[in-house]
Amino acid sequence: MFGRLSLDAFPTDIITIGGVASGGAVVLAILAFITYKKKWRYLWNEWFTSLDPKKIGTMYAIVAAIMLLRGVADAVMIRAQQAVLSQTDLNLIDSDMFQQVFSAHGTIMIFFVAMGGMFAFINWIVPLQIGARDVAFPLLNSISFWLFAGGMVLMNLSLALGEFSGAGWLAYPPLSGLEYSPGTGVDYWIWSLQIAGVGSLLSGVNFLTTIFTMRAKGMTLMKMPVFTWSIVTSMLLVAFVFPILTVTLTLLGLDRLIGTHFFTSDLGGNPMMYINLIWAWGHPEVYILVLPAFGIFSELVPVFSRKKLFGYKSMVFALSSIMLLSFMVWLHHFFTMGAGANVNAFFGITTMLIAVPTGVKVFNWIFTMWRGKVKFTSSMIWFMGFAITFTIGGLTGVMLAVPGIDFQVHNSLFLVAHFHNMIIGGVVFGFFAGLTYWWPKFTGWKLHEGLGKIAAWLWIVGFLVAFLPLYALGFMGAVRRLDDYDPSFGWQSLFIVAGIGVMIIGLGVVTQITQIGYSWLKRKQLKVNSDPWDGRTLEWATPTPVPDYSFAKLPIVSDRDAWWEMKHAKTKVPTKYEDIEIPKNTGYGVYIGLLSTIVAFSIIWHIWWLVILSGVALVVVAISSTLREKTERVITAADIIAIEGKRQRSVL
Amino acid sequence: MNKLKDTALSYRTELGFWMYLMTDCILFGCLFATYAVLRGSTAGGPSEAELFDMPMVLAQTLALLTSTLTAGLMLVAMHRKRSVEFKVWLGVTIAFGAAFFAMELNEFALLIAEGQSWQSSAARSGFFALVGTHGLHILVGLLWATVLAVVVHRRGFTQKNIRQAKLFALFWHFLDVIWIFIFTFVYLVGASNGI
Repeated sequence: MFGRLSLDAFPTDIITIGGVASGGAVVLAILAFITYKKKWRYLWNEWFTSLDPKKIGTMYAIVAAIMLLRGVADAVMIRAQQAVLSQTDLNLIDSDMFQQVFSAHGTIMIFFVAMGGMFAFINWIVPLQIGARDVAFPLLNSISFWLFAGGMVLMNLSLALGEFSGAGWLAYPPLSGLEYSPGTGVDYWIWSLQIAGVGSLLSGVNFLTTIFTMRAKGMTLMKMPVFTWSIVTSMLLVAFVFPILTVTLTLLGLDRLIGTHFFTSDLGGNPMMYINLIWAWGHPEVYILVLPAFGIFSELVPVFSRKKLFGYKSMVFALSSIMLLSFMVWLHHFFTMGAGANVNAFFGITTMLIAVPTGVKVFNWIFTMWRGKVKFTSSMIWFMGFAITFTIGGLTGVMLAVPGIDFQVHNSLFLVAHFHNMIIGGVVFGFFAGLTYWWPKFTGWKLHEGLGKIAAWLWIVGFLVAFLPLYALGFMGAVRRLDDYDPSFGWQSLFIVAGIGVMIIGLGVVTQITQIGYSWLKRKQLKVNSDPWDGRTLEWATPTPVPDYSFAKLPIVSDRDAWWEMKHAKTKVPTKYEDIEIPKNTGYGVYIGLLSTIVAFSIIWHIWWLVILSGVALVVVAISSTLREKTERVITAADIIAIEGKRQRSVL
Repeated sequence: MNKLKDTALSYRTELGFWMYLMTDCILFGCLFATYAVLRGSTAGGPSEAELFDMPMVLAQTLALLTSTLTAGLMLVAMHRKRSVEFKVWLGVTIAFGAAFFAMELNEFALLIAEGQSWQSSAARSGFFALVGTHGLHILVGLLWATVLAVVVHRRGFTQKNIRQAKLFALFWHFLDVIWIFIFTFVYLVGASNGI
């Protein structure tokens, strides 16, 4: 009846029970609070069913923020084990659980924190920057979000029901095959990523179409803001590589479900093919994440330096060449797996080449600051932290690109330190800088600057303390994913230093939560107008809070820094409005996300009748979603005058 | 104004659909690559030359190619606003598509009966994954065509239905192109390896 699902699926060890209990208690408390406040109808009507990219963006951000907390908690457990627990008799985290913890940490951080944060920014900012009211396919956008949310739910469900994958964040076979991982863990990994991945792929197509067909009049490609350019390159990568992920996950899933032999070690299967396929997706994936972060810095550095961006064209070329090069380097993830010296040399050189356009970008940002009137807001502190940590990471990356060095340090903590340098120093700092920068546009009030600066410093210092020792440990021979080591190696002191670093980062996270809470309490004092930083691009031309239709009149663009130009040319604000049609809310996104999650859940637990039932329901719902007739609602000119009238008083 | 909006929407939808098709193309590219890597790994089982029933494959190919032609004729009828003609050609397209699909299922059943299922070896896994994914797409196409027929019957040639019909034809042509590659690289190459 319930496939593999039985009472044995519930966790029995103390740490997981603790995690489930505390997580479950928080979820229950929130649900109870919403019910008590009678907010369900409001949430459904205003948020869950909304097709407004701004609201979808906010929902992405909330999911990503919650997942960040879980990912950090996993990181704390990893370091606690390595610094202290493994050297004592306390057997709190056994090897089996440790494997699940680091697999979950990597998977959550990449798929649900970084991807979620990126889509939050894209949804909010891209339509505003190109002067569009909406995205190309609004319902598809909502479906993408709910698929992402469904993947997130499955991922976390593995904590309470069954187990999570212990095969690392990329689940190499044969370890991830049925023979060595017979449980539900790898299935959870496959199917939660499959759902979220399809959502990302659809988003990629959606935003490419949006940017290519819905730009404001006059905004040629070379007049687009650099953030939007970075999203073009990033979404092109999504469209090119996410199908590879879909295939790879499906084939691994088939191996586990119906006994095919793609990646098994018997009957002709080829595990090495999996490693090639997953990295053909996996390497571009990290660029998918970091290119938008580059875009964010390219927006805020000019604003806070009060100068236009230095070298716009070279920035665009750099983004594009990074995009192209990122397809040609995947083999550097497995130099040691026997491809031969010539192949390794080729991929080593292409890898080193990426440092060139990246260097161009770093210099362009610095030249933008040069002779500018730089304001050291917390966004700029994140940027300076990024410039230093990311450059360190880039240098160690070039070291790793030399196959000879890679043979020495591959799979060691040196590698772990390197990619955290890129992901935390690049992506995470970029997202925090962007969050601080665009927060007033999201909410209408600024985040408290003092607390923001403290948080930035805690993160930067904490990051260096947490990860620089790992470079040393890597040289000393400490491999990654290590849950125990002999005390005589003398590694413990460095692990303790790294653990202290994690605690400093933890303080940074606490400061950020405090910052948001405190700023919310003081939101009346921190209230700002619609363009608090004296911005340059079109998102600052909208009133705050941004109305559903974003632009009362679609802007006409004549310059790269369109809004800056309009402000200085004293363009008259038009007062004659027309009715605007915007997409009507619909629940189809929620239904499709929910049904996909049920399909995936029942596949994981081999509940075949439910697979068929929910699968048929999914098809029926998907078809009926295409049959909707009236998909738009009208905002009349009178309503717009009422809203815009207020705005003119606040801006001018 | 409304007409302008419809043009913009059609343009946008077609561009988006083309992009989706290209992502699907990459998906098939990966399956082709896996198939190519694994095709020799039969684990001692029979080679493809011994398994393929080429006259049957030719019949399949002809059925699918004909259905592509009729899908084109369907579009012509739509442009001329001939509703009955449209439905007839759509029906013929569905019939040929269904015949293709039935022949494919038959082929799969025969292979399994000969003891060559996807579990037999990596080569067979690759074959079933590639050809099966194409078949799954055909099934989706058939479902889409059926819904389209019903919708046009009920609501006539609305702007939305015209768009849908065009996209369906694109999808169907795309599957045809993929099949040409499967026919060449899987069946022709596979069958000639034994000679």
